Amino acid sequence: MNEHENAARGHATAGTYLVVAAILTVITVVEVGVYYVPSLKPVLAPTLIVLSASKFALVVMFYMHLRQDHRLFSAIFVVPLMIAVGVAIALLFLFGVLAVG
Amino acid sequence: MATAALAIEAPQARSGIRSWITTTDHKRIGILYGVTAFFFFLVGGLEALLIRAQLGSPHNTLVSAETYNQLFTMHGTTMVFLAIMPLSAAFFNYIIPLQIGARDVAFPRLNAFSYWVFLLGGLFMNASFLFGAAPDGGWFGYANLTSLQYSPGLNIDFWVLGLQILGVASIAAGINFLITIVNLRAPGMTMMRLPVFTWMALITQFIIVTAFPVITVALVLLMFDRTFGTTFYSVAAGGDVLLWQHLFWLFGHPEVYILILPTMGMVSEVIPTFSRKPLFGYAVVVYSGLLIALLGWGVWAHHMFAVGMGSVADSVFSATTMLIAIPTGVKIFNWIATMWGGRIRLETPMLFAIGFIAMFIIGGLSGVMHSSAPADLQQTDTYFVVAHIHYVLYGGAIQGIFAGIYYWWPKITGWKLNDGIGKLHFWLSLLGMNLAFFPMHAIGLLGMPRRIYTYDTALGLDTMNLVSTIGAFIVGASALVFLFNTWWSRRKEPAGADPWGGATLEWTIPSPPPPYNFTAIPEVVSRLPRWSRTEMKAIPDVPPEPIHLPPGSYWPLVAAAGIVVLATGALLKALILAIGGGAIVVVAIFAWAFEPFEA
Amino acid sequence: MSDAVAHHPTSTGLDSRKLAFWTFIGSECLLFGSLISTYLVYKGRSVTGPTPAEILNIPLTSVSTFDLLMSSLAMVLALAAVARGDRLWARVWLATTAALGAIFLGFQAYEFTHFVQEGLKLQTNLFGSTFFTLTGFHGGHVLVGVLWLLTLLFRSFQGKLGPDKALLVELAGLYWHFVDVVWIVIFTVVYLIQ
Repeated sequence: MNEHENAARGHATAGTYLVVAAILTVITVVEVGVYYVPSLKPVLAPTLIVLSASKFALVVMFYMHLRQDHRLFSAIFVVPLMIAVGVAIALLFLFGVLAVG
Repeated sequence: MATAALAIEAPQARSGIRSWITTTDHKRIGILYGVTAFFFFLVGGLEALLIRAQLGSPHNTLVSAETYNQLFTMHGTTMVFLAIMPLSAAFFNYIIPLQIGARDVAFPRLNAFSYWVFLLGGLFMNASFLFGAAPDGGWFGYANLTSLQYSPGLNIDFWVLGLQILGVASIAAGINFLITIVNLRAPGMTMMRLPVFTWMALITQFIIVTAFPVITVALVLLMFDRTFGTTFYSVAAGGDVLLWQHLFWLFGHPEVYILILPTMGMVSEVIPTFSRKPLFGYAVVVYSGLLIALLGWGVWAHHMFAVGMGSVADSVFSATTMLIAIPTGVKIFNWIATMWGGRIRLETPMLFAIGFIAMFIIGGLSGVMHSSAPADLQQTDTYFVVAHIHYVLYGGAIQGIFAGIYYWWPKITGWKLNDGIGKLHFWLSLLGMNLAFFPMHAIGLLGMPRRIYTYDTALGLDTMNLVSTIGAFIVGASALVFLFNTWWSRRKEPAGADPWGGATLEWTIPSPPPPYNFTAIPEVVSRLPRWSRTEMKAIPDVPPEPIHLPPGSYWPLVAAAGIVVLATGALLKALILAIGGGAIVVVAIFAWAFEPFEA
Repeated sequence: MSDAVAHHPTSTGLDSRKLAFWTFIGSECLLFGSLISTYLVYKGRSVTGPTPAEILNIPLTSVSTFDLLMSSLAMVLALAAVARGDRLWARVWLATTAALGAIFLGFQAYEFTHFVQEGLKLQTNLFGSTFFTLTGFHGGHVLVGVLWLLTLLFRSFQGKLGPDKALLVELAGLYWHFVDVVWIVIFTVVYLIQ
């Protein structure tokens, strides 16, 4: 299957992959940059979480193809992921790492 | 049916040890699971009888405190991991492909692998008795009792490694059945036409593949503490023993749904068949199962109300636990409504199913009592909890499993178990379990803690403990009655394809089924193919075209053996053995991947 | 390409092996989620040093992170090459992915030995225990991935990795990207948010 057929079927082309790679690189640079900027210290955690979540989403949607694939694959991945995130957050509260108010 | 044999391409050998060792046939694997699991059920039962014999009178000296610790630990671990789960797996294996109209599971070699890992893991865990070092930290292994400091022997290492091995088997099987149910259904079998047993099995597999990794991590951390001197559960180093409890119960609570949902599925098949009425509220039963799976992730810390999590945490988990009683209770109403107005036949499978409902209600009520955190402070760690556990797990899960055994036995063997002996089995079992476990509600609330090897007569609990012990032995006798039934009934009452008047696909094929299950894959047009007014196209007597079946394979067993050799190396701190075991696994995986095999 | 058209007809029309592999990945979310949670709840609770601030090398780890991201790029290019039957580029990209993975492992090996020299061992304190266990499990996964890729590369040289085998490469890719994605989380949570 060549690139034209790929694009016609809505599949990503090599071009798309390179663009995603470039974006991932840029976000990584920004992440490291943010780490070194002292004035951003108070918002460091939320900023980094948003940035890394974006990288996560890009890799999962484009490299792992979830964006183009059948929705069932997304469900199979997202439900356990949500459980894992929920459990992690609950544990952070239970161990006092996070606190309400 | 002479031409049937010609219809199979490259059939597996059907006789001889080799055929069993290399089998990839889900029906054979189901039988292997069933026999092995029942053996372990008897082992766990023996452990229970020793426990009850010890507690039958105060100040008893039948067993030492250390032996007693090993007995209750192994009883719990065996019953949960080596009896109930694999008994359910026996039915997943045998029945699911038949109910969905498939020839086998999605990954036949992975299926065999799961069985061999289970068998070898169970043997590994029990080999600890030969070392005089059976696990003794409770089936929940709380830190830091399980640390090297307080448990210097091999006991806990056997436990940790044994559970890790069994976890591999469970996750592999979980993935297998999940994909089988999602992807191998006969044409026309939509998800909302799935038999309830298969639905509950599907939900159970989802819980397995998500919950087991958590205990894997908990056990890894414990193993690292014991082997490498890490400090995960070491308070002195800033660690928190509660981390173990959280990780364990994050697994442990979904685990109890793993134990009960399959048997709820079995009961959901038996009750409609023996009421001659379709299940009342099929969709609701399915959705409540899904809800239980999801909510089951939000209740784990109700096992920890006494550790001091604070009122906010206690309240949250109290609330979620009360909530989960709703979908559970809903099913009970559905079963009862199914029976209401039906033409009920009180044959043995139905007796066990009704027994399930009644006993599970009692167990559920004590469970709801636990959900109130302040009340639980009185109940936790006492025999009240033991009562609850056994009402839901014996009164519930085990009775449900016996309902399934009596129900599907004719399909698997081609002959029925004797109904008279079955009724004796049922009534003895019901009497025994109530004598054994009902007093425990009182014994617990009157102050007898769990996990003590003896007690003082001054507690005033002598008589109730004795009654409980007698009840336990009656339960044991009922198990012997069952075994007698399996032997005595052999081939006395041949069963045809449909001895009960069942509604689902497994009753359309011969008993026992031919290797290929269906001569032609059925086209399903309704949820209850054999009861529906819309007739399904008849299944031909003889395969209309050659059927391809997968060949057997040695590699699942070899890979399983490699895992256990690896674990033994870890247990004995023998690097050569560990590396050797790892090498066997790697070789087996490559050979497995490259051998010609088409499912 | 990689739409996983089934070999036999399946209920969903999707390949069972691809469904199974995503299920496995879902399971792994819970595995790594538990390990990461353990790291997070124990953060800052070590009774003795060294602490993360004293010992973590952000510039170095940024490079290894970038290396792993680029390996994911190589992986998707490898899959595309296999799918279109381009034997040469399939081998180039598979080898590149494996090489970048091996380089990542090299960085990890260097980091681990350096930390040990600096006084941070697995048993030293909670940070050591949680850090080495989490990143060690991740590294173990990378190692398995590299071996998987080398096996595919070997099959390619045997002429047995044609477009009909694209699914096998796709599954390896899913594994590889997932391992990369876990590292994205680890890099943020362990290295950047201290």
